[in-house]
Amino acid sequence: MNTYQTSTADRGRPDWNAYMAGGLLGLTLLATFVATGHGLGASGFTTALAAKSAVAVAPGAVAANEYLAPMVAEGANPLDSWITWQVLGVAIGALISATLNGRFHWRFEGPTRLTTGKRAAFAIVGGLAAGFGARISAGCTSGLGLSGAATLAVAGFVFLAGFFAVGLAAGFLTKRYWK
Amino acid sequence: MNFPLEWTGPVSGLVFGGLFGYILERGGLGNGCRLTGQMRLQDWTVFRVMFTAIIVAAGGLWILQAMGVMPADSIYVPQTYLTAALIGGAFVGFGMAVGGYCPGTSVVAFAAGRVDALLFFFGLVAGTWMFAGAYERLAPWLEAGPAPQWLTVSEMLSLPGWVVVLALVGVAAAVEWVLSKQKTSAA
Repeated sequence: MNTYQTSTADRGRPDWNAYMAGGLLGLTLLATFVATGHGLGASGFTTALAAKSAVAVAPGAVAANEYLAPMVAEGANPLDSWITWQVLGVAIGALISATLNGRFHWRFEGPTRLTTGKRAAFAIVGGLAAGFGARISAGCTSGLGLSGAATLAVAGFVFLAGFFAVGLAAGFLTKRYWK
Repeated sequence: MNFPLEWTGPVSGLVFGGLFGYILERGGLGNGCRLTGQMRLQDWTVFRVMFTAIIVAAGGLWILQAMGVMPADSIYVPQTYLTAALIGGAFVGFGMAVGGYCPGTSVVAFAAGRVDALLFFFGLVAGTWMFAGAYERLAPWLEAGPAPQWLTVSEMLSLPGWVVVLALVGVAAAVEWVLSKQKTSAA
């Protein structure tokens, strides 16, 4: 069923087989648990970045905000944390893969039938929804869906149920924007 | 030697994050066409990679715990807020179907040159501000709803971990079987 190809996917070395990528990802996740006691994540970093950037722009509003204020109380830097190094690692690792395998090139992707402007709007709206949602569930696809489910956490599987149920509905509603 | 190793410094983050990013990029999970293709049921990479990774890591954790190498209560298991996990997952799923990525894969995608993923990433930060703005109204509701005692599926069903892991293997095999049937009937 891996017949869905895109013009950009043809450049550079091909994607790994999904089971091989999944197996290596599982071993990496297992090693992370053994080393640190917790799994891999992503939205912990964007949350810290949101708190830190909000302090720079509107310190008064942040001090009055119940959610952000504790993160920056007494001059604390929320970015001074393991998750910042881990996400920096993700960016470096992905850059190394893309560069070594001829897969790096600048491009603007998104629904293939839409103009660049509309693709930009889709990307921003999608990001807003994902950023908002990841704070409701206190975790994203990596932290809750992947790492949570690996601990057999009920929260991880419930997250994945909501993720695929609404994702599939939105996928079918937006199908006509894709070739 | 005690497990977990408490290896939690910057180098640990860079090493494990680096492997995570490399594997996601080479596995095709920085490709928004593939990620959204899963939500259109045109591409099964997301399901295959995630499910395989969950099974391998969960199986490995079960073995380490059964051998007494790593105590079960020494790893972090997220708290069970059923409503919040479901609604949050729904928003993140919508975000991936529409915007092309999830938080981690947007970093991977931008690192391979996809500029739309940077816009998605800005959206994530702005979405977090929106949540912070609505937090006072949302907070009572987030921790309300069903608050069960159990954290894991094995506790909930009173089943050993290996049975749950085998059940996940069964689900993955069933999905592959249905896909192979569809392929045969389409040909």
